[in-house]
Amino acid sequence: MRYLCLIYSNEAAEAQATPEETQALFAAYGAFEGEIAPTGKKLAGEALQPTSTATSVRVRDGKVSVTDGPFAETKEQLGGFYLLNCENLDEALEWAAKIPSAKTGTIEIRPIMEFDL
Amino acid sequence: MDAVRDRIERVFREEQGRVLAALIRVVRDFDLAEDCLHDALLKALEAWPKSGIPDRPAAWLTTTARNRAIDRVRRAKLRETKEPILRELAELKLSSGDDMPELPDDRLRLIFTCCHPALDREAQVALTLRTLGGLTTSEIARAYLVPQATMAQRLVRVKRKIRDAGIPYVVPGSTQLRERLEAVLEVLYLVFNEGYWASEGEALIRQELCAEAIRLARILTEILPLPEPEAEGLLALMLLHDARRPARTNAAGEFVPLAEQDRALWDRSRAEEGHAVLEGALRRAAPGPYLIQAAISALHTQAASAEDTDWPQIMLLYEGLHRLQPTPVVALNHAVAVAMARGPEAGLELLEALEGEGRLSDYQPLYAARADFLRRLGALSLAAGAYRQALELTTHPRQLTYLRGRLSEVEDAKRGSGGPSE
Repeated sequence: MRYLCLIYSNEAAEAQATPEETQALFAAYGAFEGEIAPTGKKLAGEALQPTSTATSVRVRDGKVSVTDGPFAETKEQLGGFYLLNCENLDEALEWAAKIPSAKTGTIEIRPIMEFDL
Repeated sequence: MDAVRDRIERVFREEQGRVLAALIRVVRDFDLAEDCLHDALLKALEAWPKSGIPDRPAAWLTTTARNRAIDRVRRAKLRETKEPILRELAELKLSSGDDMPELPDDRLRLIFTCCHPALDREAQVALTLRTLGGLTTSEIARAYLVPQATMAQRLVRVKRKIRDAGIPYVVPGSTQLRERLEAVLEVLYLVFNEGYWASEGEALIRQELCAEAIRLARILTEILPLPEPEAEGLLALMLLHDARRPARTNAAGEFVPLAEQDRALWDRSRAEEGHAVLEGALRRAAPGPYLIQAAISALHTQAASAEDTDWPQIMLLYEGLHRLQPTPVVALNHAVAVAMARGPEAGLELLEALEGEGRLSDYQPLYAARADFLRRLGALSLAAGAYRQALELTTHPRQLTYLRGRLSEVEDAKRGSGGPSE
């Protein structure tokens, strides 16, 4: 099964991190990538620019409205994702718990909807 | 005729969990397995009154449900290939002389899946009672005081999540087993407590919940790969509590507190089983929270009266429990034990500290305990005030009657002694 792991963390806190802390976080992600890559379970994964760069778009009655910022104000913001291919939820949980941001933020795991076409 | 039906229903309750557990493993789908089992139960209701209950009812039900499943799988449009499922279904029969349709760990898989941490607690409880316990959806709805449609919806949602989120049908590996077992034990204890303490609902269904929790805990201790002292502790705790059930209400249906219960009414065989399980577990390991609570319960059941109870020992056990579970409720129970072991004044001191923390400000037992301590100290006006506070927070009709009785006793005593004594 494919699972999308959405990485939520507190942007404001991360922006205030010291260079050493940022470097440590990078190193932790490097180690995680190093562990998961050889298993072939990682299908994709990216980090996102902060929500200050986000733009939301809606179309209502044919009219396009564009606004600054993310859709919802929350304590933790979506900061990245991994798309994993796992046997089941337990395996996905195991990998998600190893994502470095799980220690300070939250990883939301969503199974990918598969359509029979 | 009704006697036969009663027996059949008892057999269903005993056997359907294991049949379902085996079916789910093979067909990999809760709903399909449940449908096939339901079908088999209907066939049994038709056939057994005429033919008699078969010697191996689980085998009969498994074969009947399996045949139905083969039929359904052949006709179904499935994402995965049918061949392996059909092959396993064909093999799902009992070896001769064996009454176990399931692999030894089928029911274990089922209970761990039902109590998977990715499911919310209400859903875990409902699904456990529905699949492993033999309770119908309407019985569970009645027990939890929700409309049947709500409970049915809850069950549909949880089964859908198991399927769509890919929650595996496995016994967790040894590194995770302890952690996952904790959730299973919590679910069983919740079911028991709902039956034992619930403030509303039908008495019969309440008793059924306690019986189911005990039955499932007994199965769990039998099928776990290694003895787990906390699982045994929970079983012992529930058995020992349940042993006191016959004395917890009087003929008028009113609540009778432990100190005033007629101990001759306690269920001795239930208590003995509890003691035996407790002793076995205590030999194996340093006690965890359930074992400590079982040990406390055992000291109560061993005592001939409230006065004869080994309160100093109970006080120490609550101290130990509080180290593992530093909750205000445990602290309150500790204070009650201290009041019995060292006198109400010592108990009051601890209560005041607890009240200072403010975490139990709406907790009825806190005021009931304080009222009791004050009454025993002879501070009748203060006691009456505390009883009134406790009454305000009480909804349970039996406890209301009890507290009102205490309040009027205290007020009579006040009048008798010619006015306030403090």
